[in-house]
Amino acid sequence: MLKKRIIPCLDIKDGRTVKGVNFVNLRDAGDPVELAKAYSTEGADELVFLDITATVDKRKTLIELVERISEEINIPFTVGGGISELEDVGDLLKAGADKVSVNSAAVKKPELLSEIADLYGNQCLVLGLDANKVHGEWKVFTRGGRTETKLNAIEWAKEAEERGAGEILLTSMRKDGTKSGFDVELTEAITTETKIPIIASGGAGKIEDFTEIFTMADAALAASIFHFGEIPIPQLKTKLRQQNIPIR
Amino acid sequence: MIAIIDYGAGNVKSVYNALNRLGAESLITSDSEQIKGAHKVIFPGVGHAKPAMEKLQRSGLDEVIKNLKQPVLGICLGMQLMCSHSNEGDVSGLGIFTERVRKFEGQIKIPHMGWNELIDPKGSLFEGITEGSNVYFVHSYFVEMGSQTSAKCEYLIPFSASLRERNFFGVQFHPEKSGEIGSKILSNFLNMNS
Repeated sequence: MLKKRIIPCLDIKDGRTVKGVNFVNLRDAGDPVELAKAYSTEGADELVFLDITATVDKRKTLIELVERISEEINIPFTVGGGISELEDVGDLLKAGADKVSVNSAAVKKPELLSEIADLYGNQCLVLGLDANKVHGEWKVFTRGGRTETKLNAIEWAKEAEERGAGEILLTSMRKDGTKSGFDVELTEAITTETKIPIIASGGAGKIEDFTEIFTMADAALAASIFHFGEIPIPQLKTKLRQQNIPIR
Repeated sequence: MIAIIDYGAGNVKSVYNALNRLGAESLITSDSEQIKGAHKVIFPGVGHAKPAMEKLQRSGLDEVIKNLKQPVLGICLGMQLMCSHSNEGDVSGLGIFTERVRKFEGQIKIPHMGWNELIDPKGSLFEGITEGSNVYFVHSYFVEMGSQTSAKCEYLIPFSASLRERNFFGVQFHPEKSGEIGSKILSNFLNMNS
C-alpha cells in the first residue's frame, strides 16, 4: 500500500534554516545540511527546501547549498524559491534536486508549468500554492504570502494539474505557524477537485493533526515542530502506525 | 568504473551521489566507448518516453545499450525504455524486456508518488531485502506483470517493480532515493560479477 508521507520543510534564508509564524518574525533554526542529514536518518519520507527570500530579493536559489544537501541525503528532495524561468529548473535538477516547487513565477506565467512538465516530466514539478480565505473565497497568494492575486485557489490548482504539475504543495496561510492543526477545509476543497497528490502544509502542532489530515492529504509537511524537536519524527510515525495509518 | 548514462533525460546527479556514498567510482557519460568499457552501467531517466527514446536513437545509444554484456540497471523511465513498447507517446522501446508499458487508470492519484512495498522480491538484486520493504516510486506509467518480473508492487493493480533478463535489470522505483533499502539494492548491483 502507498504510504502517507511525512515531510520536514527547511525554510532557508541566507543559508540558514528559519521558521516564521504567519510568514513573518523569522527565528534561526540551524544549519540546513545538518538538519537534512538528521531528518533523512530519522525516517523523514522526503524533504522540502524553500529559499523563502529568493523571490522577494530576486536572488537565484542557493545552488551550492542544494548540492551539499543532495550529497548527504538518500530520500527525495524538493527545492523551491526564486524559480523564475526554465533554466532555473535545469540548474536545480542538475544540482541534485528531484523536484522543483514553483509558485510566483507560475502565477505570472502559467505556461512555465507546461514548459517544465514537457521538458523534465511532471514527476519533478510541484505547484507551490499559498492560499488564504478572503471574503469567503480561497485566494492564491504569491511572493511568500505578501501579494494577493485574483486567482481562485481551486481553479488554479485544477489549471496547474492540467498543465502538468505532478503534485501540489498546499499551504494554508491562516494556519501557517499557528500549530492549531492543518487546514481541513482548504485541503478537502483542493483534494476533491484534483487527481494529483496533495501535500498539506501549515498548522501542524500535534500528532492528532497528522491523523486528521491524512484522511484526505497524501503527505503532510511541517517545519518548526520538527526543527525544535517538539515532535520527533520516529515518535510521530510510531503513533500514526498504531492508528493503522499507512506509514513507512 | 560505473557508467551512468546521460542522455538528457533527468536527474543523473542523485544516482551519482548515491554511488559516491557507497564508495563506488562512477562517471556520468554519453560516450558510447566509455559506456561499453564500464564494469557496470546504470541507465536512469525521468520524464516522457517519446523524447527520451528519440534522444537515445539520435545518439546511437539505443544500439549500444541493447548490446551491453556487463550488468545494466535501468531506473524508472530507464527500465520502461528497456521494454518492448510504451503507451506514453506510443513508442517502441529497446525490446530487452518483453513486457509493455501502460498508464495507470482508475480512482487513484496519478502519479503514483511515494513509498510503497516490494512484493516477492527475487534474485541477486534483492539479496537481503525482505518482502514488504518500502521503496520510493514516482511514475504515471507502469510495466505490466510478466515472465521477467522479479519484484512486484501494487497500486490498485499489481505491476512490475523490477524486471530481469540475463545481465539486464530494471527497477521502477528510485533506489538512489529509497533510503537504506535503496542503498542495499544499489550495493547488491555493485557487487555483481561483471
